[in-house]
Amino acid sequence: MTTAPTAARPRRLITPRQAQLCARIILWSAMAVTVAVLVFIILFILRRGLEHVSWSFLSEPPRSSGRSGGVLPMIVGTVGVVLLGVLVATPLGVGTAIYLTEYTRETWITKVIRFGAECLAGVPSIIFGLFGFVFFVIELGFGWSILAGGLTLAFMILPTIIRTSEEAIKAVPFAYRETSLTLGATKWETVRKVVLPSALPGILTGVILGIGRSISETAAVIFTAGSSLSQVIPTSLFDGTRTLSVHFYTLATEGISADKAYATATVLVLAILVINTAAYAIMNRFMRRYR
Amino acid sequence: MSLRLPDRVVERGLLMIAMSSVAILAIITYYIFSEGAPLIFDIGLGNFFSTDWRPTEGHYGITLMIVGSLVVTAGALIIGVPLGLACAIVLAEMAPPRARTVLKPVIEILAGIPSVVYGFMGIVVLLPWIRSHFGGTGASALAGAVILGIMVLPTIIGISIDALQAVPKSYRDGSLALGATQWQTIRRVVLPAARSGLVAAVILGMGRAVGETMAVIMVAGNSVQMPDSPLDSVRTLTANIAIEMGYAAGDHQRALFATGVVLFVIIMVLNGAANLARGRQRKRKAVAAAPTLTAADLATAREHARSGGPK
Repeated sequence: MTTAPTAARPRRLITPRQAQLCARIILWSAMAVTVAVLVFIILFILRRGLEHVSWSFLSEPPRSSGRSGGVLPMIVGTVGVVLLGVLVATPLGVGTAIYLTEYTRETWITKVIRFGAECLAGVPSIIFGLFGFVFFVIELGFGWSILAGGLTLAFMILPTIIRTSEEAIKAVPFAYRETSLTLGATKWETVRKVVLPSALPGILTGVILGIGRSISETAAVIFTAGSSLSQVIPTSLFDGTRTLSVHFYTLATEGISADKAYATATVLVLAILVINTAAYAIMNRFMRRYR
Repeated sequence: MSLRLPDRVVERGLLMIAMSSVAILAIITYYIFSEGAPLIFDIGLGNFFSTDWRPTEGHYGITLMIVGSLVVTAGALIIGVPLGLACAIVLAEMAPPRARTVLKPVIEILAGIPSVVYGFMGIVVLLPWIRSHFGGTGASALAGAVILGIMVLPTIIGISIDALQAVPKSYRDGSLALGATQWQTIRRVVLPAARSGLVAAVILGMGRAVGETMAVIMVAGNSVQMPDSPLDSVRTLTANIAIEMGYAAGDHQRALFATGVVLFVIIMVLNGAANLARGRQRKRKAVAAAPTLTAADLATAREHARSGGPK
């Protein structure tokens, strides 16, 4: 690729500056390839799917196993599991982050907690799916339901929320806490009324990223929330549901309808784009405030 | 004194909440093992690690799935590691701040795209391409490797950037002050200093590839067989679980949990290894990587100093 000078070679093939140029070209082309792949995927899906996304697609139940009609029950089911997941994971994640940053020094306990969160982040989604199936669906008797799917997702996104919350809380200047404590506030009052409100945008970013991950997830919800196609909109936590990504998986692999598959993919991709942009914008503004 | 008590209570409560991720990890481990491990001992390790997977006849050998996962993961790393490292170097060392604010979210969106969408892209773009160039159905280890190679990029890039940024600025300043070019600095100073962190990035990317399920099912073909070429269809551990979970019962279902046990152990070993590697970089931070600058580099520096330097 490049030849840098070594002691054994008296005459160089290329000068360091030429080597630098080569390296720059190669590295930047790799970057370009990566960006091109992403742009290609997004444009490919949108160009074929956007025309099939209409209000009726979003507001009607599917007919003849998804060949026609829309995806309303899947959207409702997805919102259900995602909301439940976030509602459960956020207090746990933020609480963990507060404990790690405000209430303790680095001890073996924090090491254990950090190691646990890191391992949890590495657990593949199919393992979460297996666990959710045997624990929530069978053991606790929830059946294939929004409840089982949402709780499984909560466990899965917990590490993301812990990590982003911790970063957000750490970014709050120390002077804020000192001022509050000097004014006679207790530690908890300081955390609740000074630190958390200041860190809120950063925490929100973690929550939004968790929502994104939940919407994308397939393997963990297919065995916990269920996969059977239903025309009925789920109304209770104990109703089973097929989430949007599971529905898309079925459409894509069973050759039911290419148009509907592209349309569903478009909805998924647009949701992810909106969510990531929002998360990034909030995080950017938040970090700039304390820099 | 009256103010102290609530703080104590709060601290205890928060500690309990903070233990939740450890507790969750523990119950996941417990349930996966209690469902899967007994079967491994019932049928014996010899049977379990055989190449004979005929679940309807009570043969639960998963070696071919382990091979499948290894092949696809190795292929993914061949594609993902050079590409990912290159992107990380660009983002951490070369890109101007403004380019960085555009490129970083791009990588994050790459991480956010659902795996089913990657799999679908494989079906509609990659498989027809392989079919027309190499023949066969297209569903193959090669297709799995390409798709996974793209999917591991955000993991490898993200953690590599952290590793590169952890290298103290003084290392770069020292090297540049000696007259080394930016590329010489990156190659001889920054990369060696960040080595352990970069190894962690590759290991975690590997974990991501081993654990990926839906995209692989959609493109790798899923036949239980020993692949002879990259164009052969393979079944990974994850695919084995996801495909048969829908209808398995009894021992068959326990065998799928046993597959999950193997997957879980692999992932935990990889996580542990990555953790060790990252810990090493933190410890080695103090040790300079300067000795990798050779005498010839110094000679170059002297030359530059005489001729006015590279600019």
